[in-house]
Amino acid sequence: MAFTQRHLLGLEGVPAAEITSILDTAASFKEISERDIKKVPALRGKTVINLFYESSTRTRTSFEIAAKRLSADTVNISASTSSASKGETLADTARNLEAMRPDAIVVRHPASGACHLLARHVSCPILNAGDGCHEHPTQALLDLLTIREHLGRLEGLTVAIVGDILHSRVARSNLHALRALGSTVRLVGPPTLVPRDLAAFGAELHTELAAGVRDADVVMMLRIQRERQGANFFPTLDEYSQYFCLTEEAVRLAVADGPYSVIMDQVTNGVAVRMALLYLLVARSKGEESGETAAEMIGDAEPVRRRTGGRA
Amino acid sequence: MSQRVVIAGGTVVDPVAGKAAPGDVLIENDQLVGVFSPGAGGAESDTVMDASGLLVLPGLVDMHVHLREPGYEYKETIATGVAAALAGGFTSLACMANTDPVNDSAAVTQFILERARVAGGARVYPIGALSAGMKGERLAEIGEMYRAGIVAVSDDGRPVMDAGLMRRALEYTSMFGLPVIVHEEDGHLAAGGVMNEGVTALRLGLHGIPAAAEEVMMARDIALTDLTGGRLHVAHVSTAGSVALLRDAKARGLAVTAEVTPHHLFLTEEAVAGYGTNAKMAPPLRNARDVEALRAALADGTIDALATDHAPHHHDEKEVEFENAANGVVGLETALPLALRLVADGVLDLPALVARMTVGPARILGLPAGTLSPGAPADLTLVDPERRWRVEARTFRSKGRNTPFEGWEMTGRAVAVLVGGRLVYDDRPGTAAALRSAAS
Repeated sequence: MAFTQRHLLGLEGVPAAEITSILDTAASFKEISERDIKKVPALRGKTVINLFYESSTRTRTSFEIAAKRLSADTVNISASTSSASKGETLADTARNLEAMRPDAIVVRHPASGACHLLARHVSCPILNAGDGCHEHPTQALLDLLTIREHLGRLEGLTVAIVGDILHSRVARSNLHALRALGSTVRLVGPPTLVPRDLAAFGAELHTELAAGVRDADVVMMLRIQRERQGANFFPTLDEYSQYFCLTEEAVRLAVADGPYSVIMDQVTNGVAVRMALLYLLVARSKGEESGETAAEMIGDAEPVRRRTGGRA
Repeated sequence: MSQRVVIAGGTVVDPVAGKAAPGDVLIENDQLVGVFSPGAGGAESDTVMDASGLLVLPGLVDMHVHLREPGYEYKETIATGVAAALAGGFTSLACMANTDPVNDSAAVTQFILERARVAGGARVYPIGALSAGMKGERLAEIGEMYRAGIVAVSDDGRPVMDAGLMRRALEYTSMFGLPVIVHEEDGHLAAGGVMNEGVTALRLGLHGIPAAAEEVMMARDIALTDLTGGRLHVAHVSTAGSVALLRDAKARGLAVTAEVTPHHLFLTEEAVAGYGTNAKMAPPLRNARDVEALRAALADGTIDALATDHAPHHHDEKEVEFENAANGVVGLETALPLALRLVADGVLDLPALVARMTVGPARILGLPAGTLSPGAPADLTLVDPERRWRVEARTFRSKGRNTPFEGWEMTGRAVAVLVGGRLVYDDRPGTAAALRSAAS
């Protein structure tokens, strides 16, 4: 199925087939990062702006590398150096950036919906790199790619997400995408952080860690942000950890064939997923016009692999 | 030299009698003479104003508007607010105290009244602040403002968290017979919230305000009304739970009244999807269940008044991230057609609806408005119930363009408005110029 999204504002409402096409494209791009010359000309002459209103090392670097491996020019704008501190509104910034004719803008912002606001003011695709407590779609997509690589599928899995669901944009994006692809999602945590209304999204809610992770195929642990302390979502971090930190016992309940962490796989997959999205959102329209296929757009993949002995 | 005008051929809606029937309304100078059967009211010498095909209502009363002057003239002035009111069919307005400076003194009250006199057109009734500076700490000089002309007190926009202060306000104002208008929202429960708490807020990652934030405050203030014998008026009721509390308070015979806004009768929290900031207001839009309860309460009189909470803001205050956007929407120019839609939907009949927009609020505030009684001020609103039009904010008389109803197809609107017998708004095709001279 063709990828039809104009922006990536979130994963809510994105059809399963389109999510799968992002993951397939990302999987096909992984080998580019294994080459000696880690660059294809797909986005040559394109400008990608990374507009970050929150500090981020991993996500921003991942987006920047992804854009560069596709030969795009990248510009990084962070809130501390931008006009935000001088009182320029996000809409003003959007109009200014629009005048510079970017081909995509990657946005991280502390306010939910900031990407929607930007999308109303610019003509290029907006890629949400995390907006407030709303969504963080690229993080969820790299989670999905990692799960699919390890377990071979997404349909029919049981995924437990543990922790501060209320404030987590990663949890929201994962919930929407996993549900769309046919996984069962369990949300685990104290009722203050796992509100009852979340059941409306088709998730199972658990307040007991052991029950929440029992026989789960995947367990995602969300960190508790420091600013949640003292806001009465839980009494103390110490007490929270007694109830919701993953013990060996809990891990044994969850994973039959031995626990393993996949954090490093996720970092690698993050670059591939972001390359795929930039490609699908930016290069695809040009490719369709000229009749080029994805394989042609990513250039001399086969010759390079032959020259380097096909490490991928 | 008296001048008599007959408004003839229309359907006269009398909200006090609860009737809508063909009739003629006779005006002498600035007063109503009375309502007569068709053809019976006029004399040879009278000027005739043809109201064929129109509804003739007592001038509409909006007991809750923000006119922004003094201090926020970039959002609205008394003159632009009045112009918007007339275009919406309103002849009497009560304006809230959250100006800059706050209307917490006789001097500011007098300034507002003077600006309204200069603006002309609709009648403007200031509401005084409950607390000095609307800080929620100590009573404002309510007696001085009463002498200057306030019709109620309210810290609208800043709920009074101090129950002791609220108790004293209810007690003290009873000396003047002034109602205390309350914006019910518990600041601790609502802290950080920007929309209704529930599924949509979770989906959008926005912090929610639970219905209980309104209901706990209302329960408190009903108990304080019982304690003090004061008069409580609850502004912009938004939840089904609040309706139940109101119903109970009224059954117990307490002096509790309430209003609801058109947006709370027509929109739910789902209007926030897409982060449209014109769906951001306080109290927030709730759920379909709440809308149903509010409609039923308006119909059965548990809610006494329809009021707009007209809250104009500058474009720049709305074109920002949802959580940073100003609260509130304009309402003066869309309230009447939305209200007529309630009649079309069978929620309540036309006389009952008109009562909620005239005599209902007028009685709460003690205004000489909202009836067709002989001797009443000749404030009348003529409505074309068939006029079809589309809401386009750029055509508003208000400076505020922040409407959640942009693009809605409406049926019915005010086409002529008289205040004190003077034709102050006329949008009837073809006849405008002739009648303007006839009635002035």
